[in-house]
Amino acid sequence: MNLEIILHAGLATGTILLFAAIGEIFAERAGILNLGVEGMMLLGAMAGFSTSLSTGSAWLGLLVAMLAGGILSLAHGLVTIHFQADQVVSGLSLTFLGTGLALVLGEGLTGQNPALIPTVSIPLLSQIPFLGPVFFAEHSVLVYIGYIFAPLSTYYVYKTRPGMHLRAVGEKPSAADTLGISVYGVRYFYTFVGGMLAGLAGATITLAVSPGWYSSQTTSGQGWIAVGLVIFAQWNPLRAAFGGYLFGMLRRFILDLQGPALLFGFANPLYVNSNYGFFLQMMPFVLTIIALIWGSRAATKKRLGSPAALGVPYIRGERGL
Amino acid sequence: MTSSPPPHAVEMKDIVIRFPGVLANDHVNLTLKHGEIHALLGENGAGKNTLMNALSGLYKPVAGTIKVHGETVSFNSPKDAIAKGIGMVHQHFMLVPTQTVTENILLGLNEPKFFMNLTKYDQKIRDLQDQFGLRVDPTANIWQLSVGEQQRVEILKVLYRGADILIMDEPTAVLAPQEIDDLMNTMHTMTEQGKSIIFISHKLHEVTTVADRLTVLRRGIATAEGISIEGLTGEKLAELMVGRKVIFSVQKKEQEPGDVVLDVRGVSAENNKGVKALNNLSLNVREGEILGIAGVAGNGQSELAEVITGLRACEGSILVNGEDVANQEPAKAIASGVAHVPEDRTGVGSAPNMSITENTIMKNYREAPIGSRWSINFTEARNHARELKEAYDILAPNVRTMARKLSGGNLQKVILAREITTQPKLMVAMQPTRGLDVGAIESIQRLLLAQRETGTAILLISEELDELLTLSDRIAVLYEGKVMGIVDAKDADINEIGLMMTGQRSNA
Amino acid sequence: MNLPFKIILEKRTDDVPKWLPVATAFGSVVIAFIISGIVLKIIGGDPIRVLKFFFSATFGSWPVFSDTLVKATPLIMVGLACSVAFKMKLWNIGAEGQFYIGAFAASLVVLIPMVDLETTPKFIVIGLMIIMGMIGGAIWGFFPGYLKAKYKVNEIITTLMLNYIALYWNNFWIFDKWSDAGFQMTPQFNKVAWLPRLSDLAKEYKAFSGITLHLGLVFGIIAAIIIWWILERSHWGYQIKLIGDNPKAARYAGLNISRNLILVMMLSGALAGLAGMSEVSGVVHRLQERISPGYGFTGIIVAWLAKLNPFAVILVSILFGALIVAGREIQPSGLASLLQGIILFMVISSDVFLRYKIRVIRTEQTEQETA
Repeated sequence: MNLEIILHAGLATGTILLFAAIGEIFAERAGILNLGVEGMMLLGAMAGFSTSLSTGSAWLGLLVAMLAGGILSLAHGLVTIHFQADQVVSGLSLTFLGTGLALVLGEGLTGQNPALIPTVSIPLLSQIPFLGPVFFAEHSVLVYIGYIFAPLSTYYVYKTRPGMHLRAVGEKPSAADTLGISVYGVRYFYTFVGGMLAGLAGATITLAVSPGWYSSQTTSGQGWIAVGLVIFAQWNPLRAAFGGYLFGMLRRFILDLQGPALLFGFANPLYVNSNYGFFLQMMPFVLTIIALIWGSRAATKKRLGSPAALGVPYIRGERGL
Repeated sequence: MTSSPPPHAVEMKDIVIRFPGVLANDHVNLTLKHGEIHALLGENGAGKNTLMNALSGLYKPVAGTIKVHGETVSFNSPKDAIAKGIGMVHQHFMLVPTQTVTENILLGLNEPKFFMNLTKYDQKIRDLQDQFGLRVDPTANIWQLSVGEQQRVEILKVLYRGADILIMDEPTAVLAPQEIDDLMNTMHTMTEQGKSIIFISHKLHEVTTVADRLTVLRRGIATAEGISIEGLTGEKLAELMVGRKVIFSVQKKEQEPGDVVLDVRGVSAENNKGVKALNNLSLNVREGEILGIAGVAGNGQSELAEVITGLRACEGSILVNGEDVANQEPAKAIASGVAHVPEDRTGVGSAPNMSITENTIMKNYREAPIGSRWSINFTEARNHARELKEAYDILAPNVRTMARKLSGGNLQKVILAREITTQPKLMVAMQPTRGLDVGAIESIQRLLLAQRETGTAILLISEELDELLTLSDRIAVLYEGKVMGIVDAKDADINEIGLMMTGQRSNA
Repeated sequence: MNLPFKIILEKRTDDVPKWLPVATAFGSVVIAFIISGIVLKIIGGDPIRVLKFFFSATFGSWPVFSDTLVKATPLIMVGLACSVAFKMKLWNIGAEGQFYIGAFAASLVVLIPMVDLETTPKFIVIGLMIIMGMIGGAIWGFFPGYLKAKYKVNEIITTLMLNYIALYWNNFWIFDKWSDAGFQMTPQFNKVAWLPRLSDLAKEYKAFSGITLHLGLVFGIIAAIIIWWILERSHWGYQIKLIGDNPKAARYAGLNISRNLILVMMLSGALAGLAGMSEVSGVVHRLQERISPGYGFTGIIVAWLAKLNPFAVILVSILFGALIVAGREIQPSGLASLLQGIILFMVISSDVFLRYKIRVIRTEQTEQETA
């Protein structure tokens, strides 16, 4: 029950959620709800793992994972943007598709050992007492990328021109359309970005944080937690990152709870009966629900909310009666 | 280029635009001279919006040519039109509510390139405002602005892009009489500075005060092309718009109102932004009378309709025949005999993917013979719907047709039929004829008057002052959630009403 | 490349022909099979052999058809659960969790036990299990319904999270208190708690020996009839459809949306819980870790393919029951899941034809008009 270890592990596993959640934020801010994150993550996880195995390059694996997620998400894009199908069901079908593809194409990958993304420590920074070892030592390169990606994404969304266009498309696509912005184009683009990031998140699992392929257990619901995080984060990438890290730490904390015989001076019930551990395993999911309740109440109070056009197909020149 | 006359600002020739099932523009011609204000007139559905959408680059005509300043152009998107100096000021504002004025104006442009450092642009926009007399705070978020201010932002948007040809779509729909005068002045300022304006409207009298020439569309065909305002009468214009001699023939019968049915006392309520929309408001409506509610959009009309029908919380009391319906669920108001013809036909008043039958039974599906204890007898329901279809002259293939396939007028008839069938004591009708063509407007107005004759109390909220004057017995003017004054429709003075609408006079 | 024609999608103005939804549903399944066959070919399998095997293993003889129906049974009930919820645009993704809690609750009758298993007549035990199963599922449906009604919390995520929570909940009891000698399952249920099946009649009718088709199928069919009546003939069904089509209009018409959110989620959960009861009482005869090969998720696809029609749900469930039976044998194991995903994707894509027509326009035509 070492605080340093919990924080360190939290940053690592949180990075997975960070990528997936920020990807979904991009898509949703453009107005497209993509519930296929879990499927795209699993597909990315498998694609990255298998590519690294056959080519020996983890980086190439990462690239392929991102492409896989991106291409799969384009199917969702086509169906929801051009065919205006229901976005919820389309996203679900993507989960089945991604999962199915990953399981079929991933036959026989269990137990293999591909090249992984390197783990490094940053000189100087890692020497800082306490904070150093937690933040800057012995982390996968992807974790460090995550540190920079979150603030960069936030800046992009709120303070740059393309970010403004993104937000306009998600809030009031007709306004964007009449000013010459391609609503369809923007939506396809960010759906693709969301898919790529989901794929990246998956590869982060198998090639960095929890190496190995465990079939459908590889992602075990993290894609869904990421979707919940988006709401909790109120569509703000920095908050999503924070939420992701928090979840990661809570996960580790829960894991560690089962170890010691004495917990804060009292007999540890988990030590006595390891089956109580099942209740702990429930916790990430219970916490997601709590985070959602909290997020929904905060949104109602501040009159914030999702991008106004989220989930609504855009049809040019729809004439009201 | 010296001997021939300068080219017209815009020349549209033989424009044909088709939609599935509808020929929206049938070989229409329109010419806009440099520096003029040209009115495009026609009732709703005549094709004027479609024509202008083609000019602004939203649609591509199937046939015909468009010339701008003598140059033939072909627009593939609004961006192309903007590049040629054409700017559209939409009736339904194309503004992003969560972003600021400056951000909305800069949307879609190429600068600032990447990083949004806006203070420089705030100043540029302030300068532009001074040039044309359009004051609004560039750093305010759109949702914080009044409707009139939002319209100014729409105009600034096109001016900022260097538009010298402006298309203004029903700009006066949301303005009070005095604000309309201000707008007309702004339009003259713009033409003096070299702009040319096309002004879309369906309001005859406005058009005659400000336009130089006009074009009239009826059912996709131009019945008058670029005729001068000189010597035109309202009747002649109406005939051009509708195609027959229009007798403004809706007659209201003289009758004495009965007891008070609706008694609103000291009601206050907030709007969706948390701002006070109704401010200690009181009024009453009697049996067999129509109380018209006049006012510029956004002064509490929607909220008034909603608190009476149970769709919004409030303080104070609202008595319907003695029953207090304030601050309770819609079911209570309905049970107390309140019928509601809502502002939003498709979004609130009907279920778009359900049939006419299913839409007509929304309020009475539990009553015999349609409903029994647990179930619904759809054969009876369909018969009932067929009777209503006949009685109200609703045009549709049959009663199984989905509501969203109906035209505005027919959908409104379905809604009215349904509400009238409940034999209400009070009917709240909000913007009942908005967006309808003249024939449908007449039908709806007749239906309302017929209801009045049966003794129903009617609260009529409308943005068309003419309509209120024609139909109402008394008119109450709303300003910032308060009743500024109540006048008898018979001897109403439009100027007085106008002053009350802008808060400058009160005889409450 | 300048073709002499171009294809555009044009919005439909007239009513959709009645045969079209059925055709698109059917077509989606066929295309999904074809695509899966292609994927199979790519990874080195033999699609035709697999297809032949599929038919023989699922419809080829009475015993295998019975297996298919046994797998279809829970799907019917879960399919109905999803249909009811989806009709109100309530995205119940938690049918899997509601299934497991229903199974758990029904098992309590035997595990506690709630009645004396030696003396109580069978129909009471089964009846009690049915009630418990439905209560369990209803409770699991209540939570997301309540959260949505009170706090506007997105039900997609809450129902999904509850799936995982249900799994761990079940696991605790199976591994711990009611474990069968340390194995990950409870001891086998007393025979009184078993749903009657055709093989019980093997003594009188030789043909029924070995046929595991059980009473659960009847539950499913009765449920379908009841749900049909609710949706198409009752007040409640009208309310559900109105809320699903336009919640604002429903509120305007005086309907209580919050109450319906909760009630419909509970009904949906109860149906899924009934499926869970049917599985533990009719098939596995014990509470164990893996009872469902993803019935809750397959149910979503069943509902969508059946276009939320209760009777079509029965037919589609049989098809998917066949997929599950065949999927047990077919390698690779993920293929069934892939096939389901493709079917769902095809169904959604084909919905576009219900809103748009395809029109082929000859380009010479348009040039002529512009001239």
